[in-house]
Amino acid sequence: MRASLFITCYNDTLFPETGRAVVGLMERLGVEIEFRTEQTCCGQMHANTGFRGEAFSQAKRFVQLYRDAEAVVIPSSSCVAMIRDQYPGLFEELGNSALREEFSALLPRVYEFSEFLVDRLQVEDVGAWFPHRVTYHASCHGVRALHLGDRPYRLLSKVRGLTQAPLQNVDRCCGFGGTFSVKNAEVSSAMLATKLQDVMATEAEYCTALDNSCLMHLGGAMHRQYLGMKTIHLAEILANTESSSAEATQ
Amino acid sequence: MNESAQGHLASKHAILDPALALPFPQAALPILRDPQLRRNIAHATDIIQAKRAKLVAEKTDWWQLRDAASAIRNHALENLGTYLEEFESRCTAAGGRVHWAADAAEARRIILELLREEKASEVIKIKTMTSAEIQLNPFLQKAGVDVFETDLAEIILQLGEEEPSHIVVPALHINREQVREIFARRMGLEHLSDDPEALTAAARNYLRQKFLKIPTAIGGANFLIAETGSVVVVESEGNGRMCLTLPRTMITLAGIEKVLPRFRDLEVMLQVLARSATGERMNPYTSLWTGVMPGDGPQHFHVVLLDNGRSPILARRTERQTLKCIRCAACINTCPVYRQTGGHAYGSVYPGPIGAILTPQLEQMKHAQSLPYASSLCGACYEVCPVKINIPEVLIELRARVVDEERDHSKRLIDPMYVGMKLANFLFQKAWRFHLAQRLGRIAVLIFTGHDGWIHSLPGMGAKWTQTRDLRGLPRQTFHEWWATRAREKK
Repeated sequence: MRASLFITCYNDTLFPETGRAVVGLMERLGVEIEFRTEQTCCGQMHANTGFRGEAFSQAKRFVQLYRDAEAVVIPSSSCVAMIRDQYPGLFEELGNSALREEFSALLPRVYEFSEFLVDRLQVEDVGAWFPHRVTYHASCHGVRALHLGDRPYRLLSKVRGLTQAPLQNVDRCCGFGGTFSVKNAEVSSAMLATKLQDVMATEAEYCTALDNSCLMHLGGAMHRQYLGMKTIHLAEILANTESSSAEATQ
Repeated sequence: MNESAQGHLASKHAILDPALALPFPQAALPILRDPQLRRNIAHATDIIQAKRAKLVAEKTDWWQLRDAASAIRNHALENLGTYLEEFESRCTAAGGRVHWAADAAEARRIILELLREEKASEVIKIKTMTSAEIQLNPFLQKAGVDVFETDLAEIILQLGEEEPSHIVVPALHINREQVREIFARRMGLEHLSDDPEALTAAARNYLRQKFLKIPTAIGGANFLIAETGSVVVVESEGNGRMCLTLPRTMITLAGIEKVLPRFRDLEVMLQVLARSATGERMNPYTSLWTGVMPGDGPQHFHVVLLDNGRSPILARRTERQTLKCIRCAACINTCPVYRQTGGHAYGSVYPGPIGAILTPQLEQMKHAQSLPYASSLCGACYEVCPVKINIPEVLIELRARVVDEERDHSKRLIDPMYVGMKLANFLFQKAWRFHLAQRLGRIAVLIFTGHDGWIHSLPGMGAKWTQTRDLRGLPRQTFHEWWATRAREKK
């Protein structure tokens, strides 16, 4: 099994530890990971802000870069949702039939990280160890676009030492929304405050998710307000084992 | 008078005219600072949402019902001209008169002329958001016609000189104590208690006099049935039923998109509407009438069919679905943005996710351009929509139209968002450009990065982030740099 890691632009820049965790975990599970160095961005930010032509050029790059990949693994649920939900419309409007065909052929091989584990590798117990109380934030795209369902919970339930702390209103948005967090910064912050009440009520040590953009939002407020909870991508929890020295990074 | 209760009524300053309203982010500010208002909104939407969730869950065929409702609305819109003409001919044959209004001004003029024919100096009204859309009440008042709302929430708004903040429960932002204050002040009931029964009794006494005295009524329509020429109004209080039985003249104002092909389509639509809107299996009052019935109900019946910006929406492939809306407000109740801001921030009588897509389109994209951005695209609205309007998809489409318009303006070059997006796109075209930008960015943010490795304050657009959130400083090594190093070491 050979999988190509699409790290995404913001994980590459801001959360390299998530990528390292994906590589470490996959290799532990016997998956050969490749990394195509020409990769940049899926185009989500441009598409969601209304820059359709620009989003299309990045979408086209993505398809051309990965058309021969055996599987593409992406540790960001919103980027996968971009590819599944928005690429078809972009290619319908701006692409040609060759591009549309290449995309249709590639799409079934594009996996969100937890989908790749549970659906493709059919593994839930990855041998992880993480002796902490953890709450899972089901990001909007994970819940409503990808329908990840109980996959993340099943993965977490097999982690040794880990206690799951259920989150109230688990499907409610944290208020990030990409450029929304800047264009509507005050409303976004109010949504974040509401979300944080539920997250903090779990009394967890860590809040995890399958999307670092939500975690950047939640974690940014936790740090600002000295709330005493940390954020961590699910891949980093699953990469952690009793023998690995890589304790959870912040 | 209770000063504090009145002081909390924020909509003294609410402007629900898209041409005059502030952009959404600014309009939201005073509301975000108002604890009472936010509590009222969160409390009310939580209750409706919970009721809806319960009643949707008990329908084992909910997803099929939703598919059917969506198909019916799609079919109606695809053949709208045919069905509107069918409605007109059936309604006319049954003794009604159908009028066509291209825009708000024409609809107002038609309604005023009809009232003048009736020599009406007073009218009673059933709740209709379409009349609020065309700002009918202030127009009629100016023309010397006194307007009396009969829906409880609308009475509260009218007497309290408030603006609606929701399309199903328009006074959702006003709590019981505030209602008591308004009624006590405007009905002269000094000792009125805030007991719900006392409040509804006060409203009933106030209303009975209007119902018995005023022979002319204006209402809206939930549906128009092409096959039979019937009009359908659903409501909870029975005031609509009173307006449809006592008066001599009834004027119905309806958007052209309200038409359903067949009578039996109601089987599906009434099920999804009641459950989605109020969390009820069936709404308490469903009134259906067809033209005029001698000796029973209004003897003069008019339908004013309003376009007012709807036809251009119909012509657009993605946006057309906006007109499928049956005004249940499920999207509004579930929206995490609306939960914080309520309706007034949207500067339109149509708030929430549906308002964010409907208002700018009704305004031909000339106003309300901040509304397509008033969403985190969380998708909760699409999930609950009983007619499957993909609101996030339409929001993105409208954002693209806003940006496309900006492309032709020279001011784009001083818009940091525009310049930033164009630059980012240039960088993303080649990995080396992107990587170079990462390296430069890492150096640039160093001066903003604190000793704890976090950024607490950024200039420019970044300040919008750091006003409430920290940002972890950029790591020393990007992922691709780590990968390259590892590959070299492996060799």
